[in-house]
Amino acid sequence: MKSTFSSFCDKARNFGYFYLFCFLYLPLAVAAATPPDAPAVIVIQNATIFTVSHGTIEHGSILIKDGKIAEVGQTVKAPKDAQVIDAAGQFVIPGIIDCHSHIALEAINEGSVSVSSMVNMEEVLNPEDIDIYRDLAGGVTSANILHGSANAIDGQTLVIKLRWGQPAAKLPFMGAMPGIKFALGENPKRSNFSVPGQPRRYPATRMGVEETIRGAFSEARDYKKAWDEYDKRVAAGEKNLIPPRRDLRLDPLVEVLEGKRYVHAHCYREDEILMLLRVAKEFGFKIRTLQHVLEGYKVADEIAAAGVGASTFSDWWAYKVEAYDAIPYNAALMTRRGVVVSINSDDAEEATHLNQEAAKSMKFGGLSHDEALKMVTINPAMQLGIDKRVGTIDVGKDADLAIYNHDPMSAYAVVQKTLIDGRVYFDRQRDIAARPELEKEKKALIDKLKKSSDKKSDDKKPSATVPIGQKPGEKKPEEKKPEDKPKPPQSEGAGSAAGAVLPGGAL
Amino acid sequence: MKYPSHAVRIAVIFAVVCALSGAARAQSQPATAYAITHAKIFTLSGSTIDDGTIILRDGKIAAVGVGLDIPAGAQVIDAKGLQVYPGLFDAVTQMGLREIGAVSATVDSTETGNFNPDVVAATAVSPSSEHIPVTRAAGITEVLAVPGSGGFDSGGGGSVIGGQASAIHMAGWEIDEMLIKKSAAMVLNWPQIETQTFDFATFSRKEKPYADAKQEYDKQVTEIADWLERAQHYAQVMDKSSPAKYDRDLKLEALVPVVRGELPVMVFANRAREIRNAVEFCDKHQLRMILVGGEEAYKVKDLLRSKSIPVILRPMLSLPLDEDDPYDRLLSQPAELAAAGVKFAMASFDNSFARRLGQNAANAVAHGLPYDEALKAVTLYPAQILGLADQIGTIEQGKLANVIVTNGDPLELTTDVKYLFIRGQLTSLDNRHLRLYEKYSKRPKPQ
Repeated sequence: MKSTFSSFCDKARNFGYFYLFCFLYLPLAVAAATPPDAPAVIVIQNATIFTVSHGTIEHGSILIKDGKIAEVGQTVKAPKDAQVIDAAGQFVIPGIIDCHSHIALEAINEGSVSVSSMVNMEEVLNPEDIDIYRDLAGGVTSANILHGSANAIDGQTLVIKLRWGQPAAKLPFMGAMPGIKFALGENPKRSNFSVPGQPRRYPATRMGVEETIRGAFSEARDYKKAWDEYDKRVAAGEKNLIPPRRDLRLDPLVEVLEGKRYVHAHCYREDEILMLLRVAKEFGFKIRTLQHVLEGYKVADEIAAAGVGASTFSDWWAYKVEAYDAIPYNAALMTRRGVVVSINSDDAEEATHLNQEAAKSMKFGGLSHDEALKMVTINPAMQLGIDKRVGTIDVGKDADLAIYNHDPMSAYAVVQKTLIDGRVYFDRQRDIAARPELEKEKKALIDKLKKSSDKKSDDKKPSATVPIGQKPGEKKPEEKKPEDKPKPPQSEGAGSAAGAVLPGGAL
Repeated sequence: MKYPSHAVRIAVIFAVVCALSGAARAQSQPATAYAITHAKIFTLSGSTIDDGTIILRDGKIAAVGVGLDIPAGAQVIDAKGLQVYPGLFDAVTQMGLREIGAVSATVDSTETGNFNPDVVAATAVSPSSEHIPVTRAAGITEVLAVPGSGGFDSGGGGSVIGGQASAIHMAGWEIDEMLIKKSAAMVLNWPQIETQTFDFATFSRKEKPYADAKQEYDKQVTEIADWLERAQHYAQVMDKSSPAKYDRDLKLEALVPVVRGELPVMVFANRAREIRNAVEFCDKHQLRMILVGGEEAYKVKDLLRSKSIPVILRPMLSLPLDEDDPYDRLLSQPAELAAAGVKFAMASFDNSFARRLGQNAANAVAHGLPYDEALKAVTLYPAQILGLADQIGTIEQGKLANVIVTNGDPLELTTDVKYLFIRGQLTSLDNRHLRLYEKYSKRPKPQ
């Protein structure tokens, strides 16, 4: 499927509007996206520090050197030339890690086949997606960027850091294990929608979803055997062998079988959760995380016994049948049964307040403040295998931090600064201070555009009279909606046929 | 569920109430009077009372004050350490009209066709919807059930005139017990100038020339005006005492209170341009406009204030409309509107997320809205905007006893509602989620 962005560009060109759009939009984006300075040494002082690993430090300091946490404590030995961030009365937590995100992407679903393991989200990273910045402003520093959930076996995934202003090549979390998305239930079987003009596709039942996955892994196992055989014979010194034919669809599945690629599996119902655990056992691979896993609380012991992580929503429910038994106690109940649980967003807006979503587990299920905080810091870090690098405030870890004006387990807390690798990528004061200047620049550009379109209005088609303020790039492509979209409908377009019928990212 | 240990007597009664699955009230002999004592009472009508008593009797608030005499036979709830507020009011939901968004058989929120002024939400509100007790547990005691307002589940968008919204209590054996006001407002989805549409043939967005989109928009606005004019004429004809020769027209009949300015119109619009057009239109036709949505209300705040048009805001926890809007555009809007003197309520625009009403209000406080204004925006102001403030919205003698008792700030994420009264009845906080939690908490370890 052609990416929405490029198809949009084609259309914009057709309307003779593309260059005007670039002219209007890009200067703003560049202005906002300049990578922040990175002083070699920063010290954050006078803060309440929730380390997550070793309790709370009142009036504490964090010394950051070369992007890493060098010291944490009541007092630290800061060199004279260190840049000081006075966080008196403020609260520092490890940067939030979102274990299920679809930001920074130009496409989310290759929905034409039921096994789309050949596609890779890394190839459609969009570093200029404004949602990167918005989520950064919500304290998020790393995110698991997922394909899906259109297919039983979806595309390849990666973990990124929200380094707003950097090119796509700088977004990936280096050293993080790559992943692949699976999806079970209503989305891959297309229960809630159909594509006009297309016949129903296999699978259309949960039985078929299981067989789609089993079928793909049977092939992958044979394929791996063929390669192993070939490698063995090459190693033994045989010459002039013809290698097995490379299969881009099966390569990532072989990596799964070899434990070199994590499986993040979208699922809802208890039965399909157990189904997937059985299939994984049959083929000898591991599920790394169950995503959404809204009925996880019903089979928490089985999930814990399998050593599988669970990444869920705080309180979403009833948007489809498989979410009708969803309860806000899910995270707490699974935690009590020994599952490593994270709270994820699946949505650019939800990600801006994951701290609040985690706090709900204190009310629903009685988790402690620290247990709740773990669900958006160290727990997702463990699930993504990046816990040695991020997720707590400890010496030697990446200086990925979020600073709030109140305890972040409250709806009254607002992020003041977000740091990644010791750089301040978001600063609320700086953001607010820059607004008048950006307004001025925007106004100047609009005036210029108005003038130029007035001048050209004689030789233009009616479509050139698209009003200012109707920039074609403003709206998110439809595919960018989160796959399950239970959020209150976004206003614009929500009432239109497209907004109502499209099942979001499931396509 | 936790019960305060010092209220054992009440806890027993409460447990009985909780045992009644789904239903709201105890079936036998509910108490007719309650006294909540030693509570911090946030009346929202006067000053806050630190150690006060409220007497609830026969569905109403009988008295509020310090050291009041407790009537004989009243159930006493010692609320020491607890706080009392008016129940929260969610002014836009599809409560009872939509159970599972993706299953159309469970959705009755939007009728087909563009002009349905005669359909009434109360007709289709399912009193046993699981959403009602789930939402109630968050301290929401009344909502507006809004038909025809579009949304994810509406299967093709809202009508232009969507029908009549009903104000309902969040408890009742059947709809008559739940009704606060059957016809509280008419829904009007203001047309949008849509230059982008979705094309199923190519599965991509299509640009529509502005001129075409504008033409379509003008046509729709003209059509609304036409309906209102016909309703005007209909009202005049029907007013005449001589027997009219006209056939009865249910749709026009439903619009008569609208054109007479008796029934407010909830005008759904977000963009400043559309809001301006809608204000001008409502002025011209002398409609009582309530702006609903209002994501760019800040751009027309002076107009809204000068015309005294109240707003029911979409959730603050939404992304800004435009890419180059400040990231906190919607979060900071309530503070800006309050400073400008625009009256507004907040609403969830949803069922599943209705319990985020308080969270949204708290986030607005975090971005500069005075706390009292936030609290009123989810209690008193929706009541005022919908003309129900004589019945609900504050803790005052004579008002309906829709009251919550909490262990803290009702807008905060971690606060629990301990007791909830609807029309003076102690109402169960049990719900589908709690039941499933308790059931599976007890699941034995598998062999």
